[in-house]
Amino acid sequence: MNAKLTALVALVRKDIVLFFSNKRSLVITLAAPIAVAAFFGSLFAPGSDKLSKVPIAVIDLDRSTLSQKIVSALSADAALAVTPFSDADAVADAGVAKHGQGQAVTQAMTLVQNGKLRAAIVLPVGFGAEATAALFGSIDERKKPQVDIHYDPSQSMVLGLVRGILAQHVMQAVSQSAFSVNSPAVARLREEMQKATDGDANKISPDLKRDLSAMVDSIAKVQAARASSADKGAAAAAPGFSMPFTTNATEVTSGIDKKYNSYAQSFAGMSVQFILFMGVDFGVGLLLARRMGLWKRLRAAPISTRLLLGSSIASCTLIAAIVMSIIYAAALAFFKVRLEGSIIGFMGVMWAFGFLTATFGLLIAAIGKTPEATRGLAIFATLLMVMLGGAWVPSFVFPEWLQTVSLGVPTRWAIDGLTAMTWRGLGLEAALAPIGVMLAFSAVFAMIAIWRFDWEE
Amino acid sequence: MLLTTGSPLAKGAATAVDASRVGLIAAGLSKRYGDRRVVSDVSITVQPGEIVGLLGPNGAGKTTTVSMICGLLKPDEGSIMVCGVDAVKNSDFTKRRIGLVPQDIALYETLSALHNLELFGALYGLAGADLRKRAHIALELVGLADRARDKPATFSGGMKRRLNIAAALVHDPDVLILDEPTVGIDPQSRNSIFDNLEALRARGKAIIYTTHYMEEAERLCDRIVIMDHGKVIASDTLAGLYTRLPASQTLAVDFEGDLDLAALCRVSGVREAHVKNNQLKIALDDLSNDAATVLVWLGAQELKVNHVSSGRANLETLFLALTGRQLRD
Repeated sequence: MNAKLTALVALVRKDIVLFFSNKRSLVITLAAPIAVAAFFGSLFAPGSDKLSKVPIAVIDLDRSTLSQKIVSALSADAALAVTPFSDADAVADAGVAKHGQGQAVTQAMTLVQNGKLRAAIVLPVGFGAEATAALFGSIDERKKPQVDIHYDPSQSMVLGLVRGILAQHVMQAVSQSAFSVNSPAVARLREEMQKATDGDANKISPDLKRDLSAMVDSIAKVQAARASSADKGAAAAAPGFSMPFTTNATEVTSGIDKKYNSYAQSFAGMSVQFILFMGVDFGVGLLLARRMGLWKRLRAAPISTRLLLGSSIASCTLIAAIVMSIIYAAALAFFKVRLEGSIIGFMGVMWAFGFLTATFGLLIAAIGKTPEATRGLAIFATLLMVMLGGAWVPSFVFPEWLQTVSLGVPTRWAIDGLTAMTWRGLGLEAALAPIGVMLAFSAVFAMIAIWRFDWEE
Repeated sequence: MLLTTGSPLAKGAATAVDASRVGLIAAGLSKRYGDRRVVSDVSITVQPGEIVGLLGPNGAGKTTTVSMICGLLKPDEGSIMVCGVDAVKNSDFTKRRIGLVPQDIALYETLSALHNLELFGALYGLAGADLRKRAHIALELVGLADRARDKPATFSGGMKRRLNIAAALVHDPDVLILDEPTVGIDPQSRNSIFDNLEALRARGKAIIYTTHYMEEAERLCDRIVIMDHGKVIASDTLAGLYTRLPASQTLAVDFEGDLDLAALCRVSGVREAHVKNNQLKIALDDLSNDAATVLVWLGAQELKVNHVSSGRANLETLFLALTGRQLRD
């Protein structure tokens, strides 16, 4: 082997030995991609039944047999988690429906605005009767009953899902109602034909009347035959003629003239992620300062260790708040993100998150032994928190158990708080919980850090 | 406060002293880590205008001792008085009177030299024009006034070391503690640092200088405390320590073969002899008279002598005599 090759082999060998000798770094290098891949794989696995139910509300203003049947079917659907509204609320809403928005609808829309529900479906007064009639295509499209769907615009893909499931259950219920043996719809059709003929013979010709009667008779005959057969499920699957309703989808934002801005969501997620990375650098910087002997020099000064750690927390909090301010200034200036909610609430969330970042940095400095090992561990922890916080993928696509787990991750609260104060347009009270949770996490992080912080490497 | 011999604080001080006029009195310091006793009953006294060398091999307990004096570690036993004030009870005051030069170059590389000094000065309560003035004085003292606006990242190793010292001087301490301040620098920079320290001594600073380089201690220190395994094994002026040497002159012999060391020690003129790695060190009463006798005796033992050199006894010899080991072991 010539000298150059020997040197090359020795250098390569050195790097490999160094890489594999750092066990902690090696574990992180292997664990991080496996954990992230497993996380996303499980989220988007085909046929996975782990996906959470979509939380929606259904307000039944109609209170008819048909509408109640639809509500029951929606409630039983495996893909939905329907929040029940009391009969009293719905009845009260039905009374005011013609004049404005009832209390139940307002409540449901507030839940959507707060991100607790993805959508609220409102079945209007008279829906049962009008939908059955509309099934035969005899009603003008504009006169079909209109179902309002108020949805969370940050999760607009849910709208399609809700629309589809609603259509399925409405069609099943309406077609069952229309084509049953003693269908009130068919009876009403006969009655209306008779009335039309009796009132004015010119309105309907005898031929047309005969044809329509034959059609109605055949429907009744078919349904009677089906009813007598053992396979009752087939009746349920009977095809309809046309969609018996229309939908009116509206975004639930802070106001009628306020449109959802997707940048507001992404800026919340990305600012949280990259400021946390800054916190990691801050923590690693503390370890490097310790290695350089700077802590020794600082501690030799007549200042307490609490003041030293406190100054580190204060400076990192300040830097994080400044960085977030600049990021949001760019969002406001160039991406039309607006602080639709409480500005004080936004500032509170921002400072609380800055404090969280600082104490997180201090925590990893306290737990980590060397800068090299700590960096990998901290980045892994940050990625986990960011993923679980919903910065990359909205948390509503997580399995239910993971959604519950994510409530224990402070980044979830940071992102929720920022979106609440921006596009959701919520008031100060909506910022209090995120601020409180982040401060609580910060306090725990700080206590562990002060307890574990090792002044000597 | 007057201390007399026998008082716990005066332990290590030879006679009655006025503690308020002494820069530093550390008495009976001990420190344990678990079951391991790293410093045991160490006493050091430093007067204003005096440089006391803390000499010992790596792991002797020098840095631990210095850390206790500076308030970085709490001693398990013993007491520390700085300018007459109890350092354990009044650490804020005594920390203001001490300047620490850590073994590492503890500077912010991306802040300018002046900004570094202003930062460290501010930690001691200096502010405004006074802080700037003190920072400039400190830079002047270490010969870096013309580089005040430059960042340490652009400095040579020697310049960084000098700035490291300046950072400990900016608050004008009475006691300066330097923990191996010349590690890894060239002789020219080392001499420059020695000049700085001699100037500080002339200004009345009480200085502790830890090192494992005996040459540095010999050149710089008025008194020397030699430590090994966490204990003080000798403490005196350089002249006083030399009186403890078995002889003032030595003969070093590189040899091959089997040597009867006990027999060698009985040869006329030989005060003491040690052998390590086939190198023999012999302390002689009179080199001119006794060297030839010893060499003849070695020849008679059928040893192969490869190299012979002679020299004056030094701290290395003393450490060898006291511990049976070399200082750099």
